[in-house]
Amino acid sequence: MREIPVTQITDVVEKLCIEANTHLPADVKCAIETCRACEDGQIAAGVLDKIIENYNIADRECVPICQDTGMACVFLEIGQDVHLVGGDLREAVDEGVRRGYDKGYLRKSVVRDPIRRGNTGDNTPAMLYTEIVPGENVKITVGPKGFGSENMSAIRMFKPSAGLQGIKEFILETVENAGPNPCPPMVVGVGLGGTFDKAALLAKKAIMRPLDVRNPDPYYADLEKEMLDKINELGIGPQGFGGKTTAIALNIEYMPTHIAGMPCAININCHVTRHKTEVL
Amino acid sequence: MEKHITLPLTEELAKSLHAGDTVYLTGTIYTSRDAGHKRMCEALARGEELPFDPMNATIYYVGPTPAKPGQVIGSAGPTTSGRMDAYAPTMMSVGARGMIGKGARLPEVIEAMKKYTGVYFGAIGGAGALLAKCIKKAELIAYEDLGAEALRKLYVEELPVFVIVDSEGNNLYETGRATYLENKK
Repeated sequence: MREIPVTQITDVVEKLCIEANTHLPADVKCAIETCRACEDGQIAAGVLDKIIENYNIADRECVPICQDTGMACVFLEIGQDVHLVGGDLREAVDEGVRRGYDKGYLRKSVVRDPIRRGNTGDNTPAMLYTEIVPGENVKITVGPKGFGSENMSAIRMFKPSAGLQGIKEFILETVENAGPNPCPPMVVGVGLGGTFDKAALLAKKAIMRPLDVRNPDPYYADLEKEMLDKINELGIGPQGFGGKTTAIALNIEYMPTHIAGMPCAININCHVTRHKTEVL
Repeated sequence: MEKHITLPLTEELAKSLHAGDTVYLTGTIYTSRDAGHKRMCEALARGEELPFDPMNATIYYVGPTPAKPGQVIGSAGPTTSGRMDAYAPTMMSVGARGMIGKGARLPEVIEAMKKYTGVYFGAIGGAGALLAKCIKKAELIAYEDLGAEALRKLYVEELPVFVIVDSEGNNLYETGRATYLENKK
């Protein structure tokens, strides 16, 4: 059994919080630049140029790409042959977020109570997901999630009779309803199946997947492509000013579900789709 | 049309702007978002004065990141304006004419803009690093306890924005999309 001190996890989370918020991943940049080359909207091309200029400034000066440096979504895949030692894992992750958001001059955007509000002052707690996997490594992914787009997300518990058509309509309806609010061009994450909670988690995992990786199942890979094309026929365009580029990617994740159900969650993200991974 | 204007946003200036115009703003603006607007509207309801003179003022819906050493301000792009819809008509009723944000507004906000000759500008959401370059001075003026949501007075030079809704109620979100879809046919 491999021993890993939790302080190492703190250090990696701290580093990933800063890097994810200042350097847009290559797959996201590539998707934006590909869309820019095909954009034919009047104001749209200029908006995409500014978006590209923005992430280049952030890269060069190590400043946040967007002022909404998000809630820190942290995914840990912990090998079952790992023994985490030296402290409380939850506290270790939060300490990493605390340090990263302080040292990285990132915005503290978390309130301690949804109704009574009150900023926690250090962007904790992290939205932490742990999964036990085979092996003796720990894979850490930090995906800061902004709320302009999070607020436009949706979940629906379909009857199985709604079928594929129901899912397709729900995706388009959700994007239409989001309109200019989530800072388009957006990234659309679709979670299908499982239970109410699992569908939402799958949608979140979908936006964490690299944008140039299609679902390994050809049925869903085709559906991803079809729905991205349909979204980009809506004409919402960059920032909602009209244009071809309403979304730069659509990723679907699915899992088995109940005979009586067809849960579908849609997590909307903006063009500042951030994720950064490191393996210990 | 591309326009370069100097604030404050007088009634005459506001009337000269049309949905779809690209505008570069120079002058003083104020920052506020959810919690700041709530406090300002509560202050007005109690008959108190605002922390700044609202007449012809422009409010930027933004909660910037903390400034790094040597920076005037951190990244500072717009937040979703719809969350300020509950407060915007009240702010316009005391003279605040310009709003900078992103995303759709409710019909009652657009009606108030027509009534008070207001202008809703859109800055590029998610371009906080770029937009911060146009902010030359930043001063905290009230509600310091709100952190990123505190009220700040900014001096901006050539801040790039688009007129989304003009004082006649024309809306770029509707016309821009319609024009694009029409041209595609």
